[in-house]
Amino acid sequence: MSGRGGRAIGFGGLSTASLRSARPPVPGVFVALAITLAVGWLIVMIDGGQLFNQATTVSLLHVAAGLGLVAVGQTLVILGGSLDLSVAYVISLSTLVAAETMNGSDGALLPAVGLALTVSAAVGLLNGLLVTRLRINAFIATLGVGLLLKGYLDNGYDGPAGSTSPTLVQTLGYQRIGPVPLSFLLLVAVTGACWFALTRTRFGHHLVAVGGDPEVARLSGVRNERVLVVAHVLCSLCAGLAGIYLASRLGSGAPRVGTEGLYDLESIAAVVIGGTALAGGRGGVIGTLGGVLLLASIDAIFNQLEVDAFFKQVIRGAIIIAAVAVYARRSMRKAAI
Amino acid sequence: MRLVQRRPLPSRLARVRSGGLLPLIAILAVLLVLITVRQPDFMAPPSLMSFLGRSAPLILLAAGQYFVIVSGEFDLSVGSLVTAQVVVAARLIDSDPSRTWPVVLVLLAGGLLVGLVNGLITTRLRVPSFITTLGMFLILVGAVYLWSNGAPKGGLSEEFRRFGRRAFEDVPGLGRIPYALVILLVLATLAVLLMRSDFGRVLVAVGDNPRTAELSGARVHRTRTIAFMLSGLAAAVAAILIGGYSGVSFQAGAGLEFGAITAVVLGGVALGGGRGSVVGAMLGALTLELLFTLMNFYGVSGALRPTVQGAIILFAVAVSTRRSTSR
Repeated sequence: MSGRGGRAIGFGGLSTASLRSARPPVPGVFVALAITLAVGWLIVMIDGGQLFNQATTVSLLHVAAGLGLVAVGQTLVILGGSLDLSVAYVISLSTLVAAETMNGSDGALLPAVGLALTVSAAVGLLNGLLVTRLRINAFIATLGVGLLLKGYLDNGYDGPAGSTSPTLVQTLGYQRIGPVPLSFLLLVAVTGACWFALTRTRFGHHLVAVGGDPEVARLSGVRNERVLVVAHVLCSLCAGLAGIYLASRLGSGAPRVGTEGLYDLESIAAVVIGGTALAGGRGGVIGTLGGVLLLASIDAIFNQLEVDAFFKQVIRGAIIIAAVAVYARRSMRKAAI
Repeated sequence: MRLVQRRPLPSRLARVRSGGLLPLIAILAVLLVLITVRQPDFMAPPSLMSFLGRSAPLILLAAGQYFVIVSGEFDLSVGSLVTAQVVVAARLIDSDPSRTWPVVLVLLAGGLLVGLVNGLITTRLRVPSFITTLGMFLILVGAVYLWSNGAPKGGLSEEFRRFGRRAFEDVPGLGRIPYALVILLVLATLAVLLMRSDFGRVLVAVGDNPRTAELSGARVHRTRTIAFMLSGLAAAVAAILIGGYSGVSFQAGAGLEFGAITAVVLGGVALGGGRGSVVGAMLGALTLELLFTLMNFYGVSGALRPTVQGAIILFAVAVSTRRSTSR
């Protein structure tokens, strides 16, 4: 198996083979998404409900917007052979910074958004520097930074704090065009920008090269460290943006919203379901968008069926494993041909 | 970062044996001194014995995690497995002493089974272990809540709890020796012997370079699956000790997977496999427990604890990484 291209050994993968398959992936996740939606629609209908009514669609897209913003950023670092376990805390921090700076007034809207994003970017910079300069394994580095933030949040906040500006709540939080929330359009825009950056810019090619084989990339003149730091900053920025969005939904800053939503692990799951290799060097943000929509659809279907929340989690875990197993089989078969 | 240097195996094995643990032992010593300055009684045999007994679960989990990590994989499911085991034990025993031993066997078998499933999914279905065990984590947490309708039921018998909370009293010279410490010493010795056996060498070789190991006749899949089963077994023993010491709750194992992985990395074991010793991993866990104790003695508020912990982990790992790259 090891030589055939489809595997990820933790984060220390081998890579000559993964370069070969660096073609733009055809995200099979969209097939899975279509099947899931069709089957879900049928089951919900038999159950006497309606999957595609306005309310369900809107809430599905809202769920997708929050997770999607995080997962798109996560895609960038994973593509580069790194990963970010601190995103959940960055999200919580960002909701608090935004909501407390706004303090319920519209006047402070732009400075608050700017500040929240700056703080997030600073965390990303720290992550990036720890991973590249101090050569700490990304898993441990971002886990450690996450713990730093967790201590700050636990120590400073017992519950919701601050208040989001009404304008932001009305626009990003609740405004929509037809059934499509503004926040989902934001996700589409961010995904588009990342897609462009990955496929059409030098940064994107360098990032994929670093993720594919850091040594080869370095010998080819790529500045590995700089590329990875930028990826980490972008990832944290995306998490910060997700935090601002959540603040606009909740109306205040929430110190545990990131961890309770399991955004760290779910974003990684969405990335991998979307066909990006956990070892880096292969994949893309379009697939991730599909992975996010798949997870959000499953959520919506279960909500419609009023499935027990705990049972939902069991099924979710099984689906994540199954989805990735199907991927592994596909890439194995392709490699065999 | 994936800058693993490929060196011939013999020299690397030699390096692991030699000074690899020095930075960690230095950190351990510093922590011990800091604790003794604040709380001279800590070094007295009785409190030291109790401390070691309390640390046993994390040390065992670190050893279990070590087997998986050195073979090139991850096990994120151990924390949820501990929680599940404690809750299941309480419900099955239901305060009936006569059910203690059968339930202990059920737990050990359950740990092996979860490890087997993790291992088979990872090796046969080729799902990255990060995802396999993450999925297992979600499944176990969901299942245990579902099974108990959101609140733990039943209770542990005193016979079950004694493993985690009782001790051999009045031992000359040492005062008391917790059962947990005895269990730890026996299992730690077995772990060290296992790593010195043929299996241990194959395990490291598989993590170092699975392709080479396979071509040299190692059964990569089977070896890794056994590593997962050992991790599950360690989680089962840890669950028995934790259930005895702290009782039944849904938080029993929360965060232990990250604690164990952190301990293993502190112990100088490379994520990605092939490097590091099981003794290092267990000493890493001991360091982490000493760190928690230190924060207790210095009155670091509970809420700030993660920050201090995070900072020290980053520092310690950065120091040990710098040393190994400069060498």
